[in-house]
Amino acid sequence: MPYYHLDHLDQLEAEAIFVLRETAAQFQNPALLFSGGKDSIVMAHLAAKAFWPAKIPFPLLHIDTGHNFGETLAYRDAFVEKLGARLVVGSVQASIDTGRVKEEKGPYASRNALQSVTLLDTIEEHKFTACLGGGRRDEEKARAKERFFSHRDDFGQWDPKNQRPELWNLFNGRHHPGEHFRVFPLSNFTEMDVWMYIKREGIELPPLYFAHERDVFARNGSLLAVSEFITMLETEKPERKTVRFRTIGDVTCTGAVESSASDLDEVIAEVAAARQTERGTRADDKRSETAMEDRKKEGYF
Amino acid sequence: MDLLRFATAGSVDDGKSTLIGRLLYDSKSIFEDQLSAVEESSRRRGDAVVNLALLTDGLRAEREQGITIDVAYRYFATPKRKFIIADTPGHIQYTRNMVTGASTADLAIILVDARKGIIEQTKRHSFVSNLLKIRHLVLAVNKMDLVDYSEEVFNRIVQDFHDFASRLDDIAEITAIPLSALNGDNVVEKSTSMDWFKGPSLLYHLETVYTGGTENHVDARFPVQWIIRPQSNEHHDFRGYAGRVAGGVFKPGDAVTVLPSGFSTKISKIHLPGGQEIGEAFAPQSVVMTLDDEIDISRGDMLVKANNPPRTGQDVEAMVCWFSQRPMEVRGKYLLRHTTRETKAIVQDLRYQVDIETLHKKEGASTLGMNDIGRIALRAAVPLFHDDYRRNRLTGSFVLVDPGSHETVAAGMIV
Repeated sequence: MPYYHLDHLDQLEAEAIFVLRETAAQFQNPALLFSGGKDSIVMAHLAAKAFWPAKIPFPLLHIDTGHNFGETLAYRDAFVEKLGARLVVGSVQASIDTGRVKEEKGPYASRNALQSVTLLDTIEEHKFTACLGGGRRDEEKARAKERFFSHRDDFGQWDPKNQRPELWNLFNGRHHPGEHFRVFPLSNFTEMDVWMYIKREGIELPPLYFAHERDVFARNGSLLAVSEFITMLETEKPERKTVRFRTIGDVTCTGAVESSASDLDEVIAEVAAARQTERGTRADDKRSETAMEDRKKEGYF
Repeated sequence: MDLLRFATAGSVDDGKSTLIGRLLYDSKSIFEDQLSAVEESSRRRGDAVVNLALLTDGLRAEREQGITIDVAYRYFATPKRKFIIADTPGHIQYTRNMVTGASTADLAIILVDARKGIIEQTKRHSFVSNLLKIRHLVLAVNKMDLVDYSEEVFNRIVQDFHDFASRLDDIAEITAIPLSALNGDNVVEKSTSMDWFKGPSLLYHLETVYTGGTENHVDARFPVQWIIRPQSNEHHDFRGYAGRVAGGVFKPGDAVTVLPSGFSTKISKIHLPGGQEIGEAFAPQSVVMTLDDEIDISRGDMLVKANNPPRTGQDVEAMVCWFSQRPMEVRGKYLLRHTTRETKAIVQDLRYQVDIETLHKKEGASTLGMNDIGRIALRAAVPLFHDDYRRNRLTGSFVLVDPGSHETVAAGMIV
């Protein structure tokens, strides 16, 4: 008998595709959370493959903090057009303007926490019953316990102590009106797997992921980009450096790393040698020991 | 690269977290910021040494109580293989979490404290691994440093385990390794304190063990998951059946039978996601098939080969692990998820309960409570296309869902 065997990337792809199709089958009105970061790009790429030759049967949803890197928005629009997908945008600025949330003040202000409110409002407005997210279990310790199909109650909250068990490939997406699910098809990918998959599939990424010159300043051990959205302290001095980003989120909380990795092979070599997790550059995770769990309970991605 | 999924069961006392921490640390899968966060937490908690359990116990409740509650998935890779660890709690009150973690594992590490030998917990972990049909076991005899690295102690524990394991069926292989997770003996590097042990280090064994995966490549089973109809000009007549092969091998030109309708047709083409045509599809690939004839097929139907059909019927006998705080009701109605089908089902009878401390059958039990395991008779509202779980994990497994709360209340393995 021939030896039937799948390479680990093929296994991860087959699993993610199964989860994406299961989401379309079990939920009336899903959406795919698209941030312009590499994980959500990979997830959207997988969604396009899962439903080939049909179009993705649900919209992409971007929660826009208004504090984006310009490159992210340009990439988003081109990518959505290439996929022929529908794009829905939830605006944090609009949530601020209508008084739903109050903008943080001062040099450490971030719209990161405000996103949860905009996200939940957008879910409610569009009656989304499931939101696909690019979260991975290797990212953060609270995420290591996350399910593929993760239940959210009427208030959009995650209850980590009361998660539905998930066995084999049986996913239970039953829910009551008002409740919804977060679904994570990339759960079993690691950062390295994502990069290897990007390379194998020839997926184009925003230029932010590759080495470029940028004005940055050091804060809390991270290099933050100089931008109109962050107030620098008097002691903080901008410097021009060759950097790249390992994750991409809001400008105010995404740190760069000094790097000369200008193509995929160099980035992969750098990831392999890295001694810091990619979220080590994220100021939002450093607010407390269980910052991620606490934000997830509130409805964060 | 090759992928191995394995489960570990145990509690902090057995040194499970230290062992996993050691595997991750020595294979350079722990990052500086993770380590410094753990060092910081340990210092704040007043722990004498860096508490590697804090790497794995991520939830607030777990950190407060110092125990593992939920299954956590860990990832590491060596140049030879990529590994996914289902790290599960060892306490009896979290048996259901152990069952969950074991459901996708190819191999289980059974952790034993060399000072204590084979205890009730060891037997329970082995029983659960066997119930879920994990065919490769590693008996990791830990804390050898506390028994002076004694060969005699190790041999006695291995002998005791083999005596016990002879009562479990379907175990292909048991590999016993003496370890000290704390000192790193035989975890990644071979120990210099146990020259008498001629076997491999744990990591070397994990890198090289051949498990053949858990998939069935004999009995062709394709549960239809989703119908793809582009309705575009370019693909006007395209009608594809998307799903994940649950068993056997399918090739273009193969004659297939559609269940439940019984219609026969041939496979026209098989596509990988994204469209690439392939000459054969096998588990666990996700594919799209097109067929020669237009037949009414929907989600939950199954494509099989006529000469090798699955068992078909509304009545099944199954071992179940109960997950919910609300006990099982005999004559109770539940929703049943099996392959891509969802239907109603009624628990007809509780045949017996397994005492998970003694592993004896308890006849005459009237219900199953949370974490209990037993054998039931179940009747589904429609016929199920199923196989013995032992033969096929995907067509032999199901979950029960409470129709009111929508919680997953039980996991079942068809016998």
